Amino acid sequence: MVASTEAQPRRSNPIFREIASWSGSLRAGAFIMLVIVLAAIFAPLIAPFDPNEQDFNAILMPPGWPHLFGTDSLGRDIFSRVLYGARIDLVIGFFTTYVPMTYGVILGAYAGYRGGWFDTVLMRILDVAMAFPFLVLIIVILAILGPGVQNIYISVFILAWTMYARLARAEMMVERTKDYVTAVKILGFPQRRIIFRHGLPNVINSSIVFSASDFVLNILLVSGLSFLGLGIQPPEPEWGAMIAEGRDFIRQAWWMATMPGLAILATGVALALIGDGLAQRLGERHHTTV
Amino acid sequence: MSEPLLAIEDLTVSFRTPRGPVLANNHLSLAVGQGETLGIVGESGSGKSVLCRAILRLLPSPPADITARAMRFGGRDLLKLKPAEMRAIRGQDIAMVFQNPMTSLNPVWPIGDQVSEGLRIHRGIGRAAARKAAVDILKRVGIPSAEVRVDDYPYQWSGGMMQRAVIAMAMTGQPKLLLADEPTTALDVTIQDQILSLLMELQRETGMAIILVSHDMSVISETCDRVAVMYAGSIVEMGEAATIFHAPKHPYTHALLRSIPHLDAREGRLATIGGQPPDLSRPEPGCPFAPRCPVASAECRALPIALKTLPNGQATACHFPERVADLDRRLAS
Repeated sequence: MVASTEAQPRRSNPIFREIASWSGSLRAGAFIMLVIVLAAIFAPLIAPFDPNEQDFNAILMPPGWPHLFGTDSLGRDIFSRVLYGARIDLVIGFFTTYVPMTYGVILGAYAGYRGGWFDTVLMRILDVAMAFPFLVLIIVILAILGPGVQNIYISVFILAWTMYARLARAEMMVERTKDYVTAVKILGFPQRRIIFRHGLPNVINSSIVFSASDFVLNILLVSGLSFLGLGIQPPEPEWGAMIAEGRDFIRQAWWMATMPGLAILATGVALALIGDGLAQRLGERHHTTV
Repeated sequence: MSEPLLAIEDLTVSFRTPRGPVLANNHLSLAVGQGETLGIVGESGSGKSVLCRAILRLLPSPPADITARAMRFGGRDLLKLKPAEMRAIRGQDIAMVFQNPMTSLNPVWPIGDQVSEGLRIHRGIGRAAARKAAVDILKRVGIPSAEVRVDDYPYQWSGGMMQRAVIAMAMTGQPKLLLADEPTTALDVTIQDQILSLLMELQRETGMAIILVSHDMSVISETCDRVAVMYAGSIVEMGEAATIFHAPKHPYTHALLRSIPHLDAREGRLATIGGQPPDLSRPEPGCPFAPRCPVASAECRALPIALKTLPNGQATACHFPERVADLDRRLAS
């Protein structure tokens, strides 16, 4: 009788059930994001032209056929460049968000649980790092190290973990007084296990929600830096760099700056929707369990 | 009498606060024998939970200052143990069950994992063996179809079931002493009874001692061998449960017993104890109960209290235990 239920696979696959429980904004955001990610992955298959191929017979062509998004001042196909740009921007956005998040949350959770000198030292470092405007500090570090992707990573890794450490610390300070933490303390578990196995999964929600909006901000940051000439160097098809190039032609060829701008907008909206949906969902789950 | 399992002598716990030190436990002494059940009663803020946490050394210092002449458990002084030795005691010899089962389990892990985690850490058993152990012990504490429910998450269980799981978790180390800090307060009355009988059953099987903290006199009277009554951080009366409930020798115990509502007494207001418990940050020289005591006299406000043993073995901190008997007569007239 057990075999009969196993013979007919029902649609109660955990992935289906998970998606079925998502809110509208989470589904919409995830869908847009999925399209963008797929476009980035399959860019070589989708893109009708080489993103860096110049065609001087087709300079500043308006959107149409065969150039869906038009061409730029060097005759390059903007649609292809936007597709390839997604690869660069998403990868940079991903790493500049989730690498600092990883150690930021770990440091913050540890400080929040332990308190004492470790907490004090960490918080003073955070205060100093957060006292300066983020962008200004990044530009200072880039000015010292020189422009380029690698240095963007280094400067963001130095600074971006602070917010996550703050969030995780604050939540851990609440969490450590809860009974289940005391309960595992009484069971004589080692401190490391209590913090990372029992505390961490309970303090990570706010960081996950924040990471969605942080992702957008980091893409904007990289675009902004490239716009200023400190980030991705031409001819790489990065969205921000493309907008910077299009700025000079905004009167004759509005599409040059607008198309990559729309790509940034779509990514931003998708991530914002995901962040919103996650906040609701994780908040809700919190509500039902406590 | 042989060496008791836990012997606390002269324990004082105070908390440093901006308003000055707050005395939460004031020169407490008590002993718990092997397999004995000691009840601790008292109203909120009388220091019952602080006592439990002090025994397990769970109070962070600062702000807590803990001093005691000795706090011996199985011949070792708990206050002199190194952190690693204390961790071993916590996992194995002394366990604790809390008031609110809903918050005592980690919401993000399956219950079975949490119940058997102690075994995996302290005994180093493998995943499969731990799962089997979790099922066994969940069965033992009365979880139906434990084989299936072992993978459930805490939110899928009711409060009573969760408290059973918390008890199962505490029992995995086969403790010699179980601290039960108001284990039934958050549960409804029928479940309360089941949880208490479960604790008593487990005690009969394993021979562990239990310290049962409660503000519910009926819970204590049903389950405990001996009772300590706490007021304002001090033990004001201690002795055999039956004796204390029938012939209290401290006006506070008397007042507590009188304030239990009775179903047959429909008319009239509920009996209460007038006044407020004293401010623990400003200790008075005399008996802390004197301002609320109906039979207090001038000496009560001036002379410091100390627990003294009466001829029948009962111990009271009242300066004039003979006056307690007058209380009933006075109330009757």
